[in-house]
Amino acid sequence: MSVVTANGFELDTAGRRLVVDPVTRIEGHLRCEVNLDENNVIRNAVSTGTMWRGLEVILRGRDPRDAWAFTERICGVCTGTHALTSVRAVEDALGIAIPENANSIRNIMQLTLQAHDHLVHFYHLHALDWVDVVSALGADPKATSALAQSISDWPKSSPGYFRDVQNRLKRFVESGQLGPFMNGYWGSPAYKLPPEANLMAVTHYLEALDFQKEIVKIHTVYGGKNPHPNWLVGGMPCAINVDGTGAVGAINMERLNLVSSIIDQTIEFIDKVYIPDLIAIASFYKDWTYGGGLSSQAVMSYGDIPDHANDLSSENLLLPRGAIINGNLNEIHEIDLRNPEEIQEFVDHSWFSYKDETRGLHPWDGVTDPNFVLGPNAVGTRTRIEALDEQAKYSWIKAPRWRGHAMEVGPLARYVIGYAQGNPEFKEPVDKLLTDLGLPLEAIFSTLGRTAARGLEASWAAHKMRYFQDKLVANIKAGDTATANVDNWDPKTWPKEARGVGTTEAPRGALGHWIVIKDGKIDNYQAVVPTTWNGSPRDPAGNIGAFEASLLNTPLAKADEPLEILRTLHSFDPCLACATHIMGPDGEELTRVKVR
Amino acid sequence: MSDRAIGNNPAILILGIGNLLWADEGFGVRAVEAMQRDWHLPPNVQLLDGGTQGIYLVDRVRTADVLVVFDAVDYGLPPGTMKRVEGDEVPRFLGAKKMSLHQTGFQEVLALAAMLGEYPEYLLLIGVQPVELDDFGGSLRPQVKARIAPAIAMALEYLAQFGVVALPRSDSSAENHDLPHPSLDLDAYEAGRPAPEIACRIGDERVLASLPGRTSQPRDPHGEYQ
Repeated sequence: MSVVTANGFELDTAGRRLVVDPVTRIEGHLRCEVNLDENNVIRNAVSTGTMWRGLEVILRGRDPRDAWAFTERICGVCTGTHALTSVRAVEDALGIAIPENANSIRNIMQLTLQAHDHLVHFYHLHALDWVDVVSALGADPKATSALAQSISDWPKSSPGYFRDVQNRLKRFVESGQLGPFMNGYWGSPAYKLPPEANLMAVTHYLEALDFQKEIVKIHTVYGGKNPHPNWLVGGMPCAINVDGTGAVGAINMERLNLVSSIIDQTIEFIDKVYIPDLIAIASFYKDWTYGGGLSSQAVMSYGDIPDHANDLSSENLLLPRGAIINGNLNEIHEIDLRNPEEIQEFVDHSWFSYKDETRGLHPWDGVTDPNFVLGPNAVGTRTRIEALDEQAKYSWIKAPRWRGHAMEVGPLARYVIGYAQGNPEFKEPVDKLLTDLGLPLEAIFSTLGRTAARGLEASWAAHKMRYFQDKLVANIKAGDTATANVDNWDPKTWPKEARGVGTTEAPRGALGHWIVIKDGKIDNYQAVVPTTWNGSPRDPAGNIGAFEASLLNTPLAKADEPLEILRTLHSFDPCLACATHIMGPDGEELTRVKVR
Repeated sequence: MSDRAIGNNPAILILGIGNLLWADEGFGVRAVEAMQRDWHLPPNVQLLDGGTQGIYLVDRVRTADVLVVFDAVDYGLPPGTMKRVEGDEVPRFLGAKKMSLHQTGFQEVLALAAMLGEYPEYLLLIGVQPVELDDFGGSLRPQVKARIAPAIAMALEYLAQFGVVALPRSDSSAENHDLPHPSLDLDAYEAGRPAPEIACRIGDERVLASLPGRTSQPRDPHGEYQ
């Protein structure tokens, strides 16, 4: 039986059901069910977050100035971006302006996270969806060297170098420690790279792993420590004293120079390794055009990286802001985070209760009241679900909507909006990439487009790190060393009740924290995280979410090896730790694919 | 003086893993926090609150000659039991049966360090079987909290062979930038927890049902979530 959703996707549930649980490679919190037709093409998709956590559970009644430290612990990966969003929400509620240096330092930290996260995502979470490690073991190092030298002047590219890495890899695999390469679908016909491209990519997997030891030092300098850097409502907790010496205490010239040299290395690694690899890999998958989903229809970005402090106008945000709906790239809608009619969360397909589930609630009025019930067509028991009933409640993720529209968020959304605005910083690299690959603009609306946008954004972020570092140093040299505004630190200066919203563009998309402060304490705290947008279930109007839309019409090479599903879902860099979390008793039991 | 062959001044990392927002999951982090508070350690010993950082910890692990890990482990033991695993047994145990609650994460960290050819020469895992995990925003249960001091004693005994002399700390001067921010301090964390009436604490019963020692929830005959 076939139906067309409100947002225009045709669903057919007649075919057999395939269950993949979990989907994420590192932390498994996402379950996906699809119906396949007789040709193994996906005709219906259901994505579900398998466990609920709410921020209000830990934050109500606490000091708003400490909220960042708690939110930093929600997620194992995007710690700093939650902290930044949290301090911005509190500053918004209390009307606190931050110094220019604090704005530059926050931007450098956020951009560092962006570049680092994209790099790790590409090599360590996503590349193995495209790169066959076992094939790399049989590659000719000379051919690998020739390939590497033809695409980049990165110095580590001799035949001997690739031979050494290959031998190391062989010894590792022969010792039976597959480690990160366990559970791969090696040898699947869905892998298209020749052996030398596989060896080049696996070699750079190791180089990227090695490189991350440098990039995190930036968080140590400005955030005092890493992991879990320090943040501050009103600015940044680092003092600046350019005349100081030694490794302890305030930020001095020595440390500023260290950051500067790491930024140079970051730019070089991304532009000479990551981007050429991305193009090389994509060139073998040009006919794999699936996974576009909502990206050509409905995308959203809150915008981020304010050029000057305390100005959140679109003109001042270097990452674009706006919403595109109904596939109309000629119109970019402004977003009002405070308007109760714009951003709303629905729960009629989520395991929560509202008084009236036909309506959505703005996050300031958000309610988190769990209600775990399975629909009449679910198969299995409450604790052993064989198949979900997507006509009823089926996920621990709420369904956020912008003016009723399901939206995709993340690097591709940001690039589509930047492109539609005609902003050359986003349009030109996309046009160049498409020209290099000989592809039309439509090709960007795909799984590979999402992966490519992330790479382009990593390069953009690295160059912007340089911009803000130079700006910071110039401002310091001009005599401004202020990093924090503590005028409103004392709760006695606060109004009796205040509401605020803080946003960032996290690596995986639009992130917002909404806070209500009463009598100096947190009264309500709601986070709407990127994976809530992308991984959302259906809503009362029947719109499907971004993950679900992106899987439709994708053919699987082998139904019991759903590499194509992983490819597309990984392209969103899902981070369910924020939206949900599962603590299964046995990881092996949780990782399974089942065809019914 | 060390009788081991790794020199007189090995780089020693004491790593606490886990999420302090999930009740006994916070054991590892709370253990390094307490160790820093109570003991003066020589400068070649670093304490690190690793949180749930996974792959981002590779760099710290690969530069350590000696690695001591505190973590909550699921070893099928009675809740609150302490478990000591040393050297090569650690990855083998991890592979055979899920042992660390961050198995995927931390087993990968070890594997990645090995792949880079920089695996710690000496490795000790001090684990505690949790009493309660599914209590978001909750703190350590008394049986697990009571294991912090013995776990630290076990670590210090192990480290003595590398020439580490720890002195009890009497002042409150402890400062280590690699530990949790003071707003997450155990006492403040426990005292500031919202009441259950205003902040629901219930989790997913499919998971609750499959946790060891849970009897208050309906238990599926198959006993496992899939």
